[in-house]
Amino acid sequence: MVYLMKYMLLSTSLLLVAAPVLAAADAYTLTIENHAFVPKEIKVPAGQKLRLLVVNKDATPAEFESKPLAREKIIAGKSSATILIGPLKPGRYPFVEEYHEKDAAAQGVIVAE
Amino acid sequence: MFGAALIVFRESLEAALIIGVMAAATRGVAWRGRWIVAGLLAGLVGSAVVASSMAAISNLASGVGQEIFNAGILTLAVCMLAWHNIWMAQHGREMAARARDTAQAIQQGSREGSVILLVVGLAVVREGSETVLFLYGLAAGSTEGLHATLVGALAGVGAGALVGGLLYLGLLRIPLRWFFSVTAVLVLLLAASMASQVARNLVQADLIPSLGAPVWDSSAWLSQSSPMGTLLHGLVGYDAQPAGAQLLFYLLALLVIGGAMLWVGRRQPATDLRRR
Repeated sequence: MVYLMKYMLLSTSLLLVAAPVLAAADAYTLTIENHAFVPKEIKVPAGQKLRLLVVNKDATPAEFESKPLAREKIIAGKSSATILIGPLKPGRYPFVEEYHEKDAAAQGVIVAE
Repeated sequence: MFGAALIVFRESLEAALIIGVMAAATRGVAWRGRWIVAGLLAGLVGSAVVASSMAAISNLASGVGQEIFNAGILTLAVCMLAWHNIWMAQHGREMAARARDTAQAIQQGSREGSVILLVVGLAVVREGSETVLFLYGLAAGSTEGLHATLVGALAGVGAGALVGGLLYLGLLRIPLRWFFSVTAVLVLLLAASMASQVARNLVQADLIPSLGAPVWDSSAWLSQSSPMGTLLHGLVGYDAQPAGAQLLFYLLALLVIGGAMLWVGRRQPATDLRRR
């Protein structure tokens, strides 16, 4: 039992530390300011792995959610988070800031072409 | 205040369902009440720690530290639940028969105790850390401020605990001859749903392929944010839009753990006869 826990701790820590070597995809930045996305539309190449850096400039946490992309992530206030997506088929992939999802400003789209 | 209550209710419901099932499944284990409370307290402390280091965790592993961390603690919880079920399959009847023997009871209690502590603690850390962050932001941004948010949060936790308690009491009403079989199935389903969450986190961390995302979309029939959907999600792992990898992990967990339980359990009748 203790052995299992030590193994879990070790493997999780190794993954956390070693994974920087694994990811090397294109990066795009999305900013959340006053519960609104900037920019509202991001054009990306289809068929490639992508990194989306979401920067939350608000003091309150935000939740990036996109059902078409099958991604959701809470980003604490005044911090940023990386979301890995792709490869995407060509098309439009809308996303929302879930805590203010009804606001028009809190919606955006990723266009893959 | 109402916003805080609702969110906290949903998060604490998930943890409360797990705790309710575990409390029922470990019926007969010595001192299990204390282990559950210990798990709760450890989980609360853990939530505060994880919430405050969320930014640091997130940035590990080139930005997907959060997903890997979640996958790690979920996998540990799955192993704990699997161990509990397999152990119960082997010793369940023995345990009920030997409950009179105090020394044996205490020994079984401390072995199971660490399982209870970990499962409860991990469930609370998972739900609690997200909730802490959310509440912090809500309190900071809300016009009503910290006080109203805290009151709302307490109401939410209370409601979640109530549902968990009702589940526990409801389970206790099951006749003894079916009781451990039912709780074994519930724990197995919990383990499988956690396994599916491990898959979800690994897919989001881009460590495994999604194998079709989503495989189906049943949110028109039963939305995951509806009360029934939340309940089914917590107990059985219902997901309105699951990825293929999630279904795969779910099935694998059922087969592997269920198989181990059956294999270990079939050796029992001979053992019982010998002890007579």
